[in-house]
Amino acid sequence: MTEAADTQRRTARGPLVYRQSVATRVTHWVWAICLFFLLLSGLQIFNAHPALYIGQQSGFEFDNALLEIGAVRSGGELRGQTRIFGTSFDTTGMLGASGQADKPQLTAFPGAVTIPSYRDLGTGRVVHFFFGWVFLATMLAWFVASLVQGHLRRDIIPRGADLKAAPLDAVDHVRFRLHHNRSYGPLQKITYFVVLFVLFPLIVLTGLTMSPGLNASWPWLLDLFGGRQTARTIHFGTMVLLVLFFVVHIGMVIAAGPLNELRSMITGWYRISPANPKLEGDKP
Amino acid sequence: MSRLLLSRRRFLQASAAAGSGLLLAGCDQFDFLGQLDHPARNFMEQANVLTYNAQRRLLGEQTLAREYGASEIRQGQKPNGSTEPSTPQYVALRQGGFTDYRLQVTGLVEQPLSFSLAELRNMPARSQITRHDCVEGWSCIAKWTGTPLGPILDMARIKPEARFCVYHCFDNIERGLSGDVFYYESSDLVDAYHPQSILSYGLNEQTLPVANGAPVRLRIERALGYKQPKYLHTIELVADLTPFGRGNGGYWEDYGYDWYGGI
Repeated sequence: MTEAADTQRRTARGPLVYRQSVATRVTHWVWAICLFFLLLSGLQIFNAHPALYIGQQSGFEFDNALLEIGAVRSGGELRGQTRIFGTSFDTTGMLGASGQADKPQLTAFPGAVTIPSYRDLGTGRVVHFFFGWVFLATMLAWFVASLVQGHLRRDIIPRGADLKAAPLDAVDHVRFRLHHNRSYGPLQKITYFVVLFVLFPLIVLTGLTMSPGLNASWPWLLDLFGGRQTARTIHFGTMVLLVLFFVVHIGMVIAAGPLNELRSMITGWYRISPANPKLEGDKP
Repeated sequence: MSRLLLSRRRFLQASAAAGSGLLLAGCDQFDFLGQLDHPARNFMEQANVLTYNAQRRLLGEQTLAREYGASEIRQGQKPNGSTEPSTPQYVALRQGGFTDYRLQVTGLVEQPLSFSLAELRNMPARSQITRHDCVEGWSCIAKWTGTPLGPILDMARIKPEARFCVYHCFDNIERGLSGDVFYYESSDLVDAYHPQSILSYGLNEQTLPVANGAPVRLRIERALGYKQPKYLHTIELVADLTPFGRGNGGYWEDYGYDWYGGI
């Protein structure tokens, strides 16, 4: 291979750019671990009373439930049943009743997605609150570091131009025409902004609203979310959105080139497409 | 550029593989965290100490739990845990309309005290419509009437070394061959002296029913339901919680629930 051809090949790959700071990479992985444990211990806690309501209290003598998961006996066997907005669905095998048909596990979420795998609310709470603290501390550290380093301004907070370019970017994503540029694309910015500045604070605040202790010192939390039980419902809904984000996030990593994406989140270095001009500090 | 693109089929295959990997990751690998003496669990439990300290700093000793309007009482107070103690002692008291009931204040006090139900009812009363939050996740709003605990502790003149109140209860929440296990709870003195901490004998304008803890249930309104002992008979002032039950400060705490219970 001639030197010219070699150069051309390397140019065709585009340069390696230093994209993710140490703060971004560390907080990313700490969050990943936290959210894993928070999700699985949270489903354990949910299983202790698998119903979601609107308002201050739970209706036992009136109906203010949005979602209820349980087991019903139907024709001699136990079936899982999920009621959402008054409509019941048979969810045997997934929600309400799962496992072997002759010896079903009658928890709302199956043991495969809870920590511990058996019913143990006390342990679920220990795990949940431990990772809740770690999650919150990581959020604060990320915010300060990202503010100081310009990560927020540069990559996270969407500008008018990003919003205008978002529809076209969405079309590109649907066609799997993914761009690999020096900074995030419009949809990336908007998504990360929503996750980091809306969903993360929302899930923390609704979690705190469930604390009877904090209700005394910050009663405005109850008014902000429309009651403790509404806060619990929003907490659950935000969890569902974060799980959706996770699924799309992993999908996009796989679609955009998992090795390149993983390298950028481990070493910080990310290979961008050749169309981008090479700058000082880039690696070939 | 085309190298970075992936066919839809490969994308879907890889996604499915990643998804099933996530599901398998749950299962029972983390069941060891359920062992009460496991070092990893004990480390994680330190977060509860952090919560307690943070909330004690943030809350202030006297900050009240929210009180609701009468229109928010939309249902009876849902009973949970023990609803009908079966010990001969309790059954006899109940049959006698609790006329022989005595609430004892003992332990690290200058003046041990004993009150009948009539005496408690004659003491200054407080009514509060508050939200009861069960650790399971549900909430229920009800009106509780009783006499504040703080002035009673002052009457007993607690000794300086007293740090906690232990609340002993009549209910045999576990009935086993090796004998009954009785419910008990404990709190720090901040919760004991809190203005809304009342020895309640009335619920929703009625005499406190047996299912909700008759004759006396302590309300600690800034904590979860398991911190509000029903069928209360003795308040013992102590410096150390380890001699009681399995040493964790309460019946549910002995099963791994957090002692503070404010979250």
